[in-house]
Amino acid sequence: MKRRALVALLSHWKRHPLQAFALIAGLALATALWSGVQAINAEARASYDRAADVVGAPGLDRIEGPLDQQTYVALRRAGWPVSPVLEGDWQGLRLIGVDPLTAPPGNAVAVGDLEDPSAFLRPPGAVVVGPDTRIEAEVRLLRSEDVPAGVAYADIGIAQGLLGRPGAISYLVLTGPLPRGAAELGTVSPELARAPGGDGQSDVARLTDSFHLNLTAFGLLSAAVGIFIVYSAISLAFEQRRTVVRTLRALGVPLRDIVGLLAVELLGLALIAGAIGIALGYAIAAALLPDVAATLSGLYGADVPGAIRLRPVWWLSGLGIAILGTGLAATGAVLRLLRMPILETARPEAWRLRTQRTLRRMAVGGVLLLGLSAALGVAGQGLIAGFAMLASLLVGAALLLPLILDTILGLAAHPARAPLARWFWADGRQQVPGLSMALMALLLAMAANIGVSTMVSSFRLTFTGWLDQRLASELYVRAQDAGQAQDLVAWLEPRATAVLPIVSVETRIAGLPADIFGVADHPTYRDNWPLLSAVPGVWDRVAEGEGVLINEQLSRRLSLAPGDTLPEGERVLGIYSDYGNPAGQLLVGLETFRDRYPQVAARQFGVRVPPERAEALAQEITATFALGPDGVVDQAGIKAFSLRIFERTFTVTRALNVLTLAVAGFAILMSLLTLAGMRLPQLAPLWAMGVTTGRLARLELLRAVALAAVVAVLSLPLGLALAWVLLAVVNVEAFGWRLPMYLFWPDYVELWGWALVAAALAAAWPALRMARLQPGSLLRVFSQER
Amino acid sequence: MTDTPLLRVSDLTKSFSDAGRRIDVLNGVSLHLDAGQSLALTGESGSGKSTLLHLIAGLEAPDDGVIEIGGLRTDTLDDAGRARLRRSDVGLVFQQFNLIPSLSVGDNIAFQAQLAGRYDGALVKTLADQIGVADQLGKYPEALSGGQQQRVAIARTLAARPKLVLADEPTGNLDEPRADAVLDMMLRIVRDTGTALVMVTHSRRLAERLDRVAHLSRGRIVA
Repeated sequence: MKRRALVALLSHWKRHPLQAFALIAGLALATALWSGVQAINAEARASYDRAADVVGAPGLDRIEGPLDQQTYVALRRAGWPVSPVLEGDWQGLRLIGVDPLTAPPGNAVAVGDLEDPSAFLRPPGAVVVGPDTRIEAEVRLLRSEDVPAGVAYADIGIAQGLLGRPGAISYLVLTGPLPRGAAELGTVSPELARAPGGDGQSDVARLTDSFHLNLTAFGLLSAAVGIFIVYSAISLAFEQRRTVVRTLRALGVPLRDIVGLLAVELLGLALIAGAIGIALGYAIAAALLPDVAATLSGLYGADVPGAIRLRPVWWLSGLGIAILGTGLAATGAVLRLLRMPILETARPEAWRLRTQRTLRRMAVGGVLLLGLSAALGVAGQGLIAGFAMLASLLVGAALLLPLILDTILGLAAHPARAPLARWFWADGRQQVPGLSMALMALLLAMAANIGVSTMVSSFRLTFTGWLDQRLASELYVRAQDAGQAQDLVAWLEPRATAVLPIVSVETRIAGLPADIFGVADHPTYRDNWPLLSAVPGVWDRVAEGEGVLINEQLSRRLSLAPGDTLPEGERVLGIYSDYGNPAGQLLVGLETFRDRYPQVAARQFGVRVPPERAEALAQEITATFALGPDGVVDQAGIKAFSLRIFERTFTVTRALNVLTLAVAGFAILMSLLTLAGMRLPQLAPLWAMGVTTGRLARLELLRAVALAAVVAVLSLPLGLALAWVLLAVVNVEAFGWRLPMYLFWPDYVELWGWALVAAALAAAWPALRMARLQPGSLLRVFSQER
Repeated sequence: MTDTPLLRVSDLTKSFSDAGRRIDVLNGVSLHLDAGQSLALTGESGSGKSTLLHLIAGLEAPDDGVIEIGGLRTDTLDDAGRARLRRSDVGLVFQQFNLIPSLSVGDNIAFQAQLAGRYDGALVKTLADQIGVADQLGKYPEALSGGQQQRVAIARTLAARPKLVLADEPTGNLDEPRADAVLDMMLRIVRDTGTALVMVTHSRRLAERLDRVAHLSRGRIVA
């Protein structure tokens, strides 16, 4: 019996292949966009984790300061469980030298897993690189899946030789708890400092969280747009199968069996569409990953391989979103089916009454959700509240859309006098319910585009402006060690307008990781530092040691304003913006810093010279001193580089924008094609009265564009609200800093143009079909039953 | 009555192909009708009466033969010309799906007259009174009964003051009293306005109330 019933239910798709296509394509697109973004995120995160493992020891403290072989041996003898690490640039890679015998377990390279483990230690040694790294080296290269792109590592002795720094150690990693009776660090060497380890998440991972959060939000929105298509297709299919269901029930098939069969059918469709979507998502991710990788590498120094791997986490999540999306889209239809009486008469409910009631219900739901969003904005706290605010804003606005469109079309009809114009608007109103899902999808797609573009563009504008302020010095130089630093300063002083030391230590403020920077009292800071708020005479007071400046992140975390006092007792004199930095930061006067941390010697300097002399001086420095590849950086180079990186970011954002808009266009196309057959009885009388099919087709096209235009205009306030929530709520909750919001009108106008093009393209095919409609098809409307 | 009939059809033929098989629907049909006259087309299902109506209305083009309305040949018109013919010279009433659901009853009645550029508010009001929907002009078609909807369709056609009204089973969905009422109204208005009427019907009883009856069988007029 069940088999027969299933065959009867499935026969619907055979008779309505377009609906089946819309359902599977919508679901596949939703899955593709979601799993594509997830694939990129999973690949990048896996890469950060590998990088964190290589650096060794998330969560473990480090010993920093002037280190050499003797100091290391002295610490070991004093009972300190430390392992040496040397880092340096070698052949364009970050070479990390570790001691496999003392390295913390599970973090250093798995020597035992290498194809020839002894080669790692045995002279002349070997360098381990990732599978995709291409270099030419005289040493033997071993390859390991665990080594991320851009990194190489070797035994520390080999690394010292390759880097030309015999006996050098960059820092020591504390590999375990200190035993009782271990000597104080200061007694071994007073210049050493213990720096706290991270919280287990790599710095790179934290820095890039903002980027991935945005990608995820975009992926989710795109998936939501696809789910609208699915909802539309499922609702229509269930509506058209009411007769079949009633007949099956009348023939004795229990309702629960029918619902079960429909669930099986939907699960099958979800799995098919999910599999297609995952394959598409893989293609999207593979196409976008090189740009994402370049962006992450440029923005945050995060190395992500440009190739994607099939990871269970993302294809499982892709199938999950397909099944979940189908379930969500089908819930309403199944509930209606469950409530349907077996002897329901075929009397159709008056269209207008039903429509008005539905529109009102949706609008009430929309207003409630917008109210909830506003309430969360006022009273909510935390990232979850931020996302809930975002979701209720978007869904609320989408639910309000049909009533708003109905009202606008009603108002537009008022001044219309010509009969076709009156029909055009009135018929548009009648089409709103049938097209509402597609139009909601378009609204969300456009709002997402406007919101995310505004956020990314605001970020670019703010960040580059901020770079101008923060990178006020023409050159930045970094010495390899304290001795070289002294020589460098002595050499630079007669050649530069000013040489400004940059010193810092890691510390904890109120239990949170933070950096303290010491800065000289100089117009470079006084004139340029990006202060958000400050007490009067702030720089004089900082120079006199009366207090500190703190970054925005710290001020938000500890709710501090200028004039307040830090838990450690220092007075806050000002707050400055510090984008992209996950940690708290303090700025103190250079004298104050030196008094507190006499062991920290300056190795980095900002160099002020007339801009036209910067390049020549940079070349002279490089020629005179053996600095690393990043030893001299010129400000203009950094800015140009940053802008190039942002262009990459835009490529990714633009690609996702286009994809989301394409999905919305597809939603409109599917809705129009589905409605086309149902609209013949509405259009045939007009044709019979002398309106040609060509003219009707042009009007259909015009209507789709007009509806898209209204939606485009409405999407602007929603998109800007979305951008505001992302910038002022979600970003602050997630990362502790707030970005100012800027408007980019040319971008919005361009987007509107694309939306109209998408709508016109989507409507073109149904319109063409209408124009080519044979009289026989229209006459059949009038000649049923004969 | 004038020398030139309002409608003249000569040797009209039309065939369709169904699954590669040619089906001759009309085989040399000829008829004429003067202004103010009414003609009933009867015949069994598939006899070609609806096709004949569609050809006269310009909804389809004939394979061969001549159609003249008001002395002008319409069988040679292109698609745009036939659309113009339907807008201006003929009015169509079908068994169902006549009205535009998105327009109010009042707008529906006025619609074709406005399309034809012959809108007359007073006539629309008179017609609305005559069909008994004057108090329902603001409602939408779905709020009316089947009989009321059909009367609105007829009023819409007549409000455009066409030369020729073509009705395809206009009372097919109505019960006998309502069918009689609708036909009474049609005949009265046709007579009063000097319009000609061609009506397809299965009902011998209704056919006999028109001026003439033409019976079709296998694509030919046999009586």
